Amino acid sequence: MMTRVFALLFALLMLPGAGRAEEVVAALSQSRISITANFDGSEILIFGAVKRNQPTPEGEPLDVIITVAGPEKVETIRRKDRRFGIWINVEAQVIGHTPTFYTVTSTRELADILPPLTDSLWKITADKRILPGMRGLPAREALIRLRKADDLYRTREGVVTLSEDTLFQTSITLPSNIVEGGYTTRIFLLRGGEVIDSYGTTINVQKVGIERWLYNLAYQHALIYGVMALAIAGLFGWGASEAFRILRR
Amino acid sequence: MQIFLPIAEVSVNAFTLLGIGGIVGVLSGMFGVGGGFLITPLLFFVGIPPAVAVATSANQIVASSVSGVLAHFKRKTVDLKMGLVLLGGGLVGSAIGIQIFNMLKAMGQVDLLVTLCYVVFLGIIGFLMLIESIRAIKRAKGRPGGRPERKKHLWVHNLPLKMKFRASGLYISAIPPIAVGMMVGMLGAVMGVGGGFIMVPAMIYLLGMPTKVVIGTSLFQIIFTAGFTTLLHAYTNHTVDVLLAFLLLVGGVIGAQIGTQIGLKMKAEQLRIWLALLVLAVCLKLGFDLLLPPKELYSLGA
Repeated sequence: MMTRVFALLFALLMLPGAGRAEEVVAALSQSRISITANFDGSEILIFGAVKRNQPTPEGEPLDVIITVAGPEKVETIRRKDRRFGIWINVEAQVIGHTPTFYTVTSTRELADILPPLTDSLWKITADKRILPGMRGLPAREALIRLRKADDLYRTREGVVTLSEDTLFQTSITLPSNIVEGGYTTRIFLLRGGEVIDSYGTTINVQKVGIERWLYNLAYQHALIYGVMALAIAGLFGWGASEAFRILRR
Repeated sequence: MQIFLPIAEVSVNAFTLLGIGGIVGVLSGMFGVGGGFLITPLLFFVGIPPAVAVATSANQIVASSVSGVLAHFKRKTVDLKMGLVLLGGGLVGSAIGIQIFNMLKAMGQVDLLVTLCYVVFLGIIGFLMLIESIRAIKRAKGRPGGRPERKKHLWVHNLPLKMKFRASGLYISAIPPIAVGMMVGMLGAVMGVGGGFIMVPAMIYLLGMPTKVVIGTSLFQIIFTAGFTTLLHAYTNHTVDVLLAFLLLVGGVIGAQIGTQIGLKMKAEQLRIWLALLVLAVCLKLGFDLLLPPKELYSLGA
């Protein structure tokens, strides 16, 4: 009997008019980023609107949180300690898949709009997103600390602008020492500490042109690449020597 | 002007790289060292991953050495025969050194060994050279135009397989040069450098070669050892960044030419004092880094 009541309640909550009164519709200024020789980081504009099939609900204000996560990588983290008077690596730990880049942006201070439970459920802040099961382990804390120091993990509160409770926009800066791959972008719509809708998309970052060519050559035809590197070096050394001889005359 | 390096996968200012190449090139031309022991730490400093820095500096060393050696060839300050004998030992040494390197890499202590090698060898060599050159200058001042120094008869002169090295004015056994070449090749492969800073003093103090010939001959030898190292890194680790090397060597070859000119104008003893001080400075820096507690105990790395 009770299960049936719960099932009914659940079904009601899932009805369009009830549970998803507000939906997010979003777009990016670019869904592909090309790494060229003069690549120096990139800025992506993320913008969107809140779609409603009901008048704007009263009470709790609307907030938007946007996260961008870079390709995941397995890292080795080493710890130094003093042995025989010198500081050496004494311990190495392989840490599972963590994003090489992670940024969280929001309309207001996260403490005000995102209760810990919602955060855990949706894995929004770096603390909840990056290996939450290893919380408290020194290696995991160090990884987050190091990435934060390199500005690869960031939190930017209050940089998403929301106008008329409908239109929102922000820009995300991708660093210049970017890793190739897919950058997962998530947009959350929150009201009263609950995520009422979310949207996900991927930005593809890829080397192009000479960057792509050199990279492929180095990995697929390593010997040719090596010989080419030597030939360039030899030619330049000789060229400079000749040029200086002519100059001195 | 920022430029994105395809293998290092970082964006760096192109002029910074040109500058680093230039400084190291000047030193290379002046002292006949490849400059690997300076360029590698400098590249770490601007944010190039260590593996890429080590491999790419080997490539840049090839270029600056070619440029430098040509200038020396014209002045006939290269002992080709000695260079080839050293090289024979050097290639064997490199091959052994790379095996040692890979073994230590598997054990996860390659960084420490490289730094310790630097500190120990730079320390010993720098100190010995400094003392020797100060003594030489004092001698020169004390007895102006005094008697020419008598050639010492070392135990190395009693070994078999004697060869004539005309450019060096030596008639010695081929065994010591081959051994020196091997030692330097091995250390070069382990430390990721050409090995000139070990080769030059070894030639002066162990083989008794005249300073002027030493530099050209060392450069000649370094071309091939560094070339071999570059090829090996490119083939096995894919860590040679051609774009990075290109920028470094544009600065480097120009610097090497300037350095060679400075070197020819300076007195041999002065040259040795400056090289000794430079070697000691790098040694102290690396030594302190090992002794001082680091700010961050953890590091990320492949």
